[in-house]
Amino acid sequence: MEITDLNILRSKDFTDKIIKSINKIMRELDKSIKIMHVCGTHEHTISKYGLRSLLPKEIEVISGPGCPVCVCPAADIDKAIELGRREDIIITTFGDMIRVPASNLSLSELKAQGADVRIVYGPNDAVKIAKDNPNKEIIFFAIGFETTVPLTGYEIKSNPPSNFSVICAHKLIPAALELLMSIDQLSIDGFISPGHVSTIIGIKPYKLFSDAYHVPNVITGFEPNDVLLAILMLLKQIKNKKFETLNEYSRVVKPEGNIVAQKIISEVFESVSSPWRGIGRILDGGLMIKDKYEKYDADKKFDIKIEKSTDIPPGCSCHLIMTGKLSPNECKLFRKTCTPLNPVGPCMVSMEGTCSIYYKYYSE
Amino acid sequence: MCLAIPGKILEITGNQALVDFDGIQQKIIIALIQNPEIGKYVVVHAGYAIEQINEEEAMEAIEQWKEIAEDQDLDLTDML
Ligand code: SF4
Repeated sequence: MEITDLNILRSKDFTDKIIKSINKIMRELDKSIKIMHVCGTHEHTISKYGLRSLLPKEIEVISGPGCPVCVCPAADIDKAIELGRREDIIITTFGDMIRVPASNLSLSELKAQGADVRIVYGPNDAVKIAKDNPNKEIIFFAIGFETTVPLTGYEIKSNPPSNFSVICAHKLIPAALELLMSIDQLSIDGFISPGHVSTIIGIKPYKLFSDAYHVPNVITGFEPNDVLLAILMLLKQIKNKKFETLNEYSRVVKPEGNIVAQKIISEVFESVSSPWRGIGRILDGGLMIKDKYEKYDADKKFDIKIEKSTDIPPGCSCHLIMTGKLSPNECKLFRKTCTPLNPVGPCMVSMEGTCSIYYKYYSE
Repeated sequence: MCLAIPGKILEITGNQALVDFDGIQQKIIIALIQNPEIGKYVVVHAGYAIEQINEEEAMEAIEQWKEIAEDQDLDLTDML
């Protein structure tokens, strides 16, 4: 058995039907609609399957700050780099993170200079490295949204060795949605919300949001038909002037989310106002490790302060791309000085960065 | 980054499980889900199961999905 009935999930006939309904509803609505998603994996699906070209031109699907690597402030990477220069420290992080340019260097450039920087698949690998290297300090540079937070939380809570600590650069999605709503020029008509963040947090955090802002929200899976169906569900709400949070991805996302994971998150972390690269400080936009677990907080353990950092390199427009104000091909450096092999800004590095996805899937 | 893929639990040892991802078997951590069971499916992110679905629930969810689609005035009769 397949978890999903791929026949229907991937059926072309079904795609045609959804598109037909979208066209019909758009004729009735008779106005332009702007829909934002906040997930690199959604952008992947949309770009790879050319979904934008299937939609009527009055629907604009824009990409929000859905790439955890991209929104990680340069100051945090600078901090990891400063610490990584020390002989007794091993920096561990996800593969996506190490090529991201910070103020001066990236972690991979630091590695090339001889520092011990290692890619891990999950935080448990970092704990294992700590156990295998009792004479070294192992720092896990923790990035990611709610999907990844409980993983880090679980390791912190599970009594890791004392030479293990965490730079906590985790970010929270609902707070970012709230900020995006307050940007006037954006005027977003609906959100496609990320399926795997929602697997953890459930529907409630979005419900509060769609109620308060009267903007529809659909928690969405990652097949092309999932995304198209979600767009139809948003349009229908807009037409009926009924603004709710609906769950298109109910085959994985439970309404209450993952309770075990939520408990771990609230046990280990507290939400704080937190800087997002290129976007600015977001109230409740990030997490810090609670005092109870402060011995695993690298910030407290090593007391490193980064006085000055550069989030957006000269000429780069990642800050505008991550807030949906600009599309990559409107950046002067796109495909010229800035390519995946030679990324200028964070959005060109990660597989989930909008610039790198556009580089791969949209022709010149 | 938030990618998560489904696999089937083959064996459970403590808080770890051996999971089959379409023929590739891997050890993962199952401490974030309630009552993991052999034979059930899990959705796995960075080596940790973040949700569990059994066959029945998965099929039900597909039914729900079809219902959602029908609710959107899509006529699926000839496809199901
Ligand atoms: S193409 Fe490169 S320089 Fe331009 S916004 Fe994207 S990452 Fe920045």
